[in-house]
Amino acid sequence: MSDKPSATPIQRASEESAAGLLHELVAHLRQNRTQLREEWANRITEAQLLTAMTKEEIFAEATSVYDNYVEALATGTFEALQSYSRNLSERIIPRGVETHEVVGIVLLLRDVLARSLFGKYRGDFTKLNRILDAYEPAANRIANTVAVGFVQERERVIRQQQEAIRELSTPVLQVRERLLILPIIGVIDPHRARQLTEQLLQGIRMNRAKVVVIDITGVAAMDATVANHLVQTVEASRLLGATVIVTGLSPEIAQTIVNIGVDLGKMNTVGDLQGGIEQAERLLGYKVIPMPEQGQTN
Amino acid sequence: MEVPILKQGRFLIATIQAALSDADLQHLRRALVERVVRFRSRGVVVDVTALDVMDSFATRTLLDITHMIRLRGADTVIVGIQPEVAFAMVQLGLTLEGVSTALDLEEGLAHLNQRAQEGA
Repeated sequence: MSDKPSATPIQRASEESAAGLLHELVAHLRQNRTQLREEWANRITEAQLLTAMTKEEIFAEATSVYDNYVEALATGTFEALQSYSRNLSERIIPRGVETHEVVGIVLLLRDVLARSLFGKYRGDFTKLNRILDAYEPAANRIANTVAVGFVQERERVIRQQQEAIRELSTPVLQVRERLLILPIIGVIDPHRARQLTEQLLQGIRMNRAKVVVIDITGVAAMDATVANHLVQTVEASRLLGATVIVTGLSPEIAQTIVNIGVDLGKMNTVGDLQGGIEQAERLLGYKVIPMPEQGQTN
Repeated sequence: MEVPILKQGRFLIATIQAALSDADLQHLRRALVERVVRFRSRGVVVDVTALDVMDSFATRTLLDITHMIRLRGADTVIVGIQPEVAFAMVQLGLTLEGVSTALDLEEGLAHLNQRAQEGA
């Protein structure tokens, strides 16, 4: 840089002094580590952030975050901070710490440090300005890094959980010769809906089913896409020669299905699973009768 | 490729063995509709197990065959639609409305027998 004639002396001076200022700033933060750290921890407690953690834990984490923060300011590299914030997120997400809390504490630290700088350079406004010029961009980047690290970790956890839910595959069960039931529990997203359809249609062919009862008591609501998919599954099953009975429709789902305007002549629905199985048995020609001994006692 | 049509007692069985051109389909339609009266058949089974694609023309033709055979006094049942084909058809809106379907040939014949008994 210095051998480039295009860089004017003033520019060079300001660059040098920015690095110098940051250096001075870091020295100040290291010097007052104990006091600033404590102040920060107190502010966190006051603001009622991180309520899921004890005071001691907050203080311990505050210390690590503080050191990493100053380190990032000193070196200008964020890798260490990034991996630390990922690690921290991994530990605190299972304890129910929210995004706003993490962002909140980082912004609090930023505030505490800025106030301390104000206090120190109160007498010299030009210098204060330059110190803040050096501090603000770095501090912003740090806040950004920590928040992004947290959100990424959270998203990773969510993805992992979605995967787990998907793996809890919905079983296609045979309850009588040629009668299958498919109990669906939980949220159905388009991906799961596709999987369900595939399993059901294969199940119909493998078990040579004539009647299928799809029970959706455990599904609170579904959007129009998924409801449509359900209707399509019913029709596809018919093409394989099986009759589908849908049971346990919640009022919300009933509303959705009415809204998308399904021809109800095609949908065979019964209130609950018991009713569905009874109707299926009738369709298959089964008749369930009580044992004679029981009949006599009545 | 022409579709063989077998007579099995009171029923006719047409087994489609490979993807059909539109001309083949029209030929199948003519042959079935003609033979159902010639053999005094009560029902027709069209077996599509070998088809892994069912386009709108094929669906339309199957629908026509069913209706025409109905008018000629017999029942039709389509058997052996593959699960993937079934779902693809439904997504394209080809639901074979009003057509009887069954899992395979055996089921189809059982269905026709039942229908014949109900009618008798």
